[in-house]
Amino acid sequence: MTTTEIINPENLVYIKPKVLNDNPMHYCPGCSHGVVHKLIAEVIEEMDYQEKTIAIAPVGCAVFAYKYLDIDWQQAAHGRAPALATATKRLLPDRLVFTYQGDGDLAAIGTAETIHACNRGENIAIIFINNGIYGMTGGQMAPTTLVGMKSSTSPNGRTVPLNGNPLDITKLLAQLDGTCYVTRQSVHNVANVRKAKKAIRKAFENSMLGKGTSIVEVVSTCNSGWKLSPADSNTWMVENMFPAYPLGDLKDL
Amino acid sequence: MKEEIIIAGFGGQGVLSMGKILAYSGLMQGQEVSWMPSYGPEQRGGTANVTVILSDERISSPVLNSYDTAIVLNQPSLEKFESKVKPGGTLIFDGNGFHKFPTRTDINIYRIDATEYAYANDTTKTLNMIILGGLLKIRPIVLIENVLKGLKKSLPSRHHHLIPMNEKAIQIGMSLIRKVE
Amino acid sequence: MSNSKKTDKEEVRLMKGNEAIAHAAIRCGCDGYFGYPITPQSEIMETLMEQEPWNTTGMVVLQAESETSSINMVYGAACCGKKSMTSSSSPGVSLMQEGISYIACAELPCVIVNVMRGGPGLGTIQPSQADYYQSVKGGGHGDYKLITLAPASVQEMADHTVLAFELAFKYCTPALILADGVIGQMMEKVILPPFQPRLTEDEIRKNTPWATLGKPANRKPNIITSLSLEAEEMEAINLRLQAKYREIEKNEVMFEEFSCEDAEYLVVAFGTSARVCQKAVEMARSEGIKAGLLRPITLFPFPTIALSNYADKVKGMLTVEMNAGQMVDDVRLAVNGRVPVEFYGRMGGIVPAPDEVLEALKTKIVKNN
Repeated sequence: MTTTEIINPENLVYIKPKVLNDNPMHYCPGCSHGVVHKLIAEVIEEMDYQEKTIAIAPVGCAVFAYKYLDIDWQQAAHGRAPALATATKRLLPDRLVFTYQGDGDLAAIGTAETIHACNRGENIAIIFINNGIYGMTGGQMAPTTLVGMKSSTSPNGRTVPLNGNPLDITKLLAQLDGTCYVTRQSVHNVANVRKAKKAIRKAFENSMLGKGTSIVEVVSTCNSGWKLSPADSNTWMVENMFPAYPLGDLKDL
Repeated sequence: MKEEIIIAGFGGQGVLSMGKILAYSGLMQGQEVSWMPSYGPEQRGGTANVTVILSDERISSPVLNSYDTAIVLNQPSLEKFESKVKPGGTLIFDGNGFHKFPTRTDINIYRIDATEYAYANDTTKTLNMIILGGLLKIRPIVLIENVLKGLKKSLPSRHHHLIPMNEKAIQIGMSLIRKVE
Repeated sequence: MSNSKKTDKEEVRLMKGNEAIAHAAIRCGCDGYFGYPITPQSEIMETLMEQEPWNTTGMVVLQAESETSSINMVYGAACCGKKSMTSSSSPGVSLMQEGISYIACAELPCVIVNVMRGGPGLGTIQPSQADYYQSVKGGGHGDYKLITLAPASVQEMADHTVLAFELAFKYCTPALILADGVIGQMMEKVILPPFQPRLTEDEIRKNTPWATLGKPANRKPNIITSLSLEAEEMEAINLRLQAKYREIEKNEVMFEEFSCEDAEYLVVAFGTSARVCQKAVEMARSEGIKAGLLRPITLFPFPTIALSNYADKVKGMLTVEMNAGQMVDDVRLAVNGRVPVEFYGRMGGIVPAPDEVLEALKTKIVKNN
């Protein structure tokens, strides 16, 4: 096949969603953020919601998510995204409103905002990237850091007496009456990428149906923070993160 | 005309609402009014007080440290406010539960045994209106018709049937109050 | 609400300052109130919840889980070009400072009410003015200012609610109503502002084209952020903010003068203190002391020029505040040493009495002349 033949429309096997723009991402090679961004872009495009979506960016690596998805964005203070989303959705109930938050943002500094938005059953979707570490600030311990896992603030590994237990906040959120859909996904292989996309779509649909809060946790890698190659990070995640944070639906009403 | 009044007593004696009725009465006769309560823990059964000012002119300070008239309904309030009545001013007290009585000679002192009457006649709910009646007998700063108008304005309409009872309480207060020489 | 629309216009009502704010908010077309209870301002949210404006104007009222959350709800609502507000008292406003800094940097309009109580710490619930520095000198991190209005009556609580929204939208910056427990809790006569409809979405798109309402095909995404990793870019934002604050200083100064025409001594006070001082000035005049009162209505922008002009006319100034002496710094800066400026204040929830102020005027200012 020549190049001219390849670019013929009938030979098209994949196209980047239009909602995802051409800005080069700042994420490290191997990072899960890029994949999740693309899935969100695809879902927004498939639902034809580009004009009706308002997203809330967190503090953390994904603070710049607004550079990559061509939708309206609000960039929240650390942990406060669910508060912004609450007001936005209540004032604009026919819009799709979602937050995109990391584990430090959602499960440490923003725990109160997260729990209360979920408990009120705000009709928003929360995309929760859990890589067990503070990526942007240089690999410090997160609330979800596993026991024994090394980070720059737990250089000899997390210990319970010193640091307390890892927080499985998603399990906690599933207990709340305000949540309608709580699921844990990953994007480390094709099958899981497809499942994660379905989960994101369901979360977005739920919020437009007014069913309550949906949480899609994506157990993710941070190869820079973990100091492993992207491939080794995936293996490490499967072997260590998944036992602590098992994949699957925790709640689906 | 300007009248600066402090009303003080236990929370639950209707101190704040008595002040409110006075303020509404002033409003009904076109006066400037201010109603400044002590707020907070006092509302929970401690000592409550409210400063009410009725004036023909713009009111400057809503917070005062001397008063034309003090109405004190418990011992601590007497101790706190007797000294703050302006010379020549008026002090009204309900003697119930008092063991020390006003001593100043440069002010006009009146006693109204409204609590005793209210308990004897099962009208404790209008206790503050009895005292208001006493006040209006000796300091007719607002017309009774304006008090009734004010009540109508400030009470939800489902309580308007209680207005005649309140009017009666005012009349009783007027007959109960007496000067302490 | 709905049936009162016709008759309310000129009706004189008696209500608390806190209640007046709630009614004025509904009437001026506020879209959202987000708050957390704290004495002495809880009547604001209580009144709103009782009025149920979501059934009439469509205004959203929500009790948040904390002041941190309520100010960030305001941030979200403001991002959407909506008229949004929160209210609290001193300790709660301290908690909000992070969010206020973000909103100021993101150049969003909103209204914040602080009904001050005695501090520091949990302090007292009684009235205070000890958050002056916090309000006009920044409060949170970074170089920013809040338009700060200081109501001194229940009527001004209502009027300033309307004004604060106007100024906040005019300059795309948060406006603060800095009241205290006296103004919040006392009842006075008030005429409520007329009803204005809430802005439609078309109006919001036109007035505030930056609002995040969803990206139509024909425009770029609206992105509201306070982050710039490039120092040069951040300096440019700071310069823009500072230029805006200079513009506000040029256009929006408000103050009131009382008995100032022939004054030899000038008392300077805001809010409740100004009410007390007005009485003290009346008392001074009756004793033959030529005193006047200048009451700043806007604390930022501060009436610097007006005060400076008085420096050549009066023999001395007395600043009276319910704090340890905060605004007095700005008065001294305004007169720049040309006239003695003394201070009298009470702290921790005590309201000074008029005769205390008169005594301070005599001993600190008049005696020395």
